[in-house]
Amino acid sequence: MENNRKLSHLLLAGALTGTLSAQAVAASDEPIKVGIMLPFSGIYAALGDAGRNGLKMALQEKAAELHGRKIEFIEMDTEARPERAPEIASSLLDQHNADFIIGPVHSGVAMGMIKVLRNKDTVMIIPNAGAAAATGPLCAPNIFRTSFSSWQPSYPMGKVALDNGYKRVVTMSWNYGMGRESLDAFEESFTAGGGEIVKKILVPFPKTEFQSYLSEIGSINPDAVFVFFAGGGAVKFVKDYDALGLKGKIPLLGSGFLTEGTLEAQGPSAEGIRTTLHYADALDNEVNARFRQNYQQMFAKPADIYAVQGYDAGLLIASAVNRLGGDIEDQDALIKAMEEAKLFSPRGEITFSKAHNPIQNIYLREVIDGENKVIDVPVAALEDPARGCKL
Amino acid sequence: MTTSLFFVQLINGLQYGLLLFLIASGLTLVFGVMGILNLAHGSMYMIGAYLAWYFVENTGSFTLSAIISAAIALGIGIVVEKTLIQRLYKRNHLDQVLLTIGMIFVFNALQSILWGDDPLGVQVPDALSGAVPLTEVVEYPVYRIFVAFLCVAIAVLMYYMINRTRLGMLIRAGESNREMVECLGIDISRLYTVVFAIGVMLAAVAGVAAAPMSSIVPGMGEHVLIACFVVVVIGGMGSIKGAFVGALLVGLVDTFASVLVPQLSSMMIYILMAFILLLKPQGLFSS
Repeated sequence: MENNRKLSHLLLAGALTGTLSAQAVAASDEPIKVGIMLPFSGIYAALGDAGRNGLKMALQEKAAELHGRKIEFIEMDTEARPERAPEIASSLLDQHNADFIIGPVHSGVAMGMIKVLRNKDTVMIIPNAGAAAATGPLCAPNIFRTSFSSWQPSYPMGKVALDNGYKRVVTMSWNYGMGRESLDAFEESFTAGGGEIVKKILVPFPKTEFQSYLSEIGSINPDAVFVFFAGGGAVKFVKDYDALGLKGKIPLLGSGFLTEGTLEAQGPSAEGIRTTLHYADALDNEVNARFRQNYQQMFAKPADIYAVQGYDAGLLIASAVNRLGGDIEDQDALIKAMEEAKLFSPRGEITFSKAHNPIQNIYLREVIDGENKVIDVPVAALEDPARGCKL
Repeated sequence: MTTSLFFVQLINGLQYGLLLFLIASGLTLVFGVMGILNLAHGSMYMIGAYLAWYFVENTGSFTLSAIISAAIALGIGIVVEKTLIQRLYKRNHLDQVLLTIGMIFVFNALQSILWGDDPLGVQVPDALSGAVPLTEVVEYPVYRIFVAFLCVAIAVLMYYMINRTRLGMLIRAGESNREMVECLGIDISRLYTVVFAIGVMLAAVAGVAAAPMSSIVPGMGEHVLIACFVVVVIGGMGSIKGAFVGALLVGLVDTFASVLVPQLSSMMIYILMAFILLLKPQGLFSS
């Protein structure tokens, strides 16, 4: 049943592009080659799958705007293993001559890809990895990102905390890139407004024995706690926070990944947690409603933030190809078209900064009845400072 | 550190240590009696947690789920011993390591196929969902106290079984002289099947007990496995008493190190292990 539906969608898209290519003046008969470098196995498999679904869905929807160009996908499984990244990226670049390379999920893999693809004759679009360096010191004309920089989701929370009257805050995360960068971003806006970080706790990755740290937080009794955790660690942290009695006494704030894809596992322990992120499932706009409905229909499961980010990578390609009338041979023109793109994403409108990171709204969400409800937009059109980028 | 915080951390450390004991006891039992190095022991812990989740979702009862999960684990233990492990008794440890590492991959793949890769969670059963206030802010969940007592009860039960029952006597006899036990007319291979299945069940029961207080995720078994080996090596390979003391030591050291020397916390249990091995190369209670 599900396969039939998928097949019919594919046929429909094929027929659509087929008829159009006959009518339009084809810029080239060669298909546009889109390399996909995402994890389809290993711990991030679900994220890679969602990103790929979103990407394909966008390009299928925009098939009519590609000026007759067809899309050829070349899929590579990174297994979220950084050591494999350079080899796969080289093969997509040199053997497959990919016009675009979409990936990855994992920031370590991103570093390996950038090493190979930086300033080469292809365009890399990052649909998740948030490492600051990718649109910071390592930024390049041919590297774009449709997700976020690690700074973006956490920076606005400092202001939110101050607005709520929290003066003394404990921050906590795993001791790795994304965790440290998130805590720093929060600290930046929080201390600038007069707040005080009374303690910063960095837990060795991937340890999930949080009880001793939480007991200590209880004895400090701060105004609030700000954390970055994701996936299984986020589930364990939220449960421990509740079990040790901190929930309801010390407000818990976080980067939005704390409650993304984990709410069901966290259960009632997650109620009342406030987080900031560039998306929320329940975001009330027309594009999001349509996106979520179509995604559910095509893939028989609800869309998530990783699907949105992949979808926007597809929108970005489609918008540039459309603007150039289907001719993407000239890389400078292609990059310029992408820089000037304005995407109507399910997360709201996004444009791109000089460093090629999205300029986007950040939403304040609160977990109410097992769902991330948007309660405010603390910062609209937030641009990453892109420290160290010379573009 | 204030006195009250010290006591809270003491309880944290003991509770973590007791859970470690429950997982490590099966590992050390199987090694001590059968000489089998079972690297897939962590996978059994993972399977226990996933089974607990699955049956809670389907039956709604945590107690029922725990019983079914333990029974299934016992069955897995018997099947694995009879089909795979039995062939390795006369081989060296390297062959055993090879097979049991392979089993880790198989169990991980099965988990991914059967239950997917998203993190899962089990709610604490209603009867044990309360909490005991410890300080102004911190309270201690009844469920975790219950699990700590469960671990102590199982430790006592194992001690009694090994030292006071006929099965325990056979296990001890098999440990010291396998041939002699066989000569006395005891079916040693059946005894081994029973011991291995009990070892697997202990790991799975630990997984079930841990399910409501942790996140059920792919790879959860491997993290626990390393801590278990530290426990078993500190206590002395094959010694249940050693596993008990080793687990408490690891639990306490890890808990206090996290708070007192956070920069070094990830290596403190290994420093402890190295230090103990320097003094007692066979572990604390080597048999």
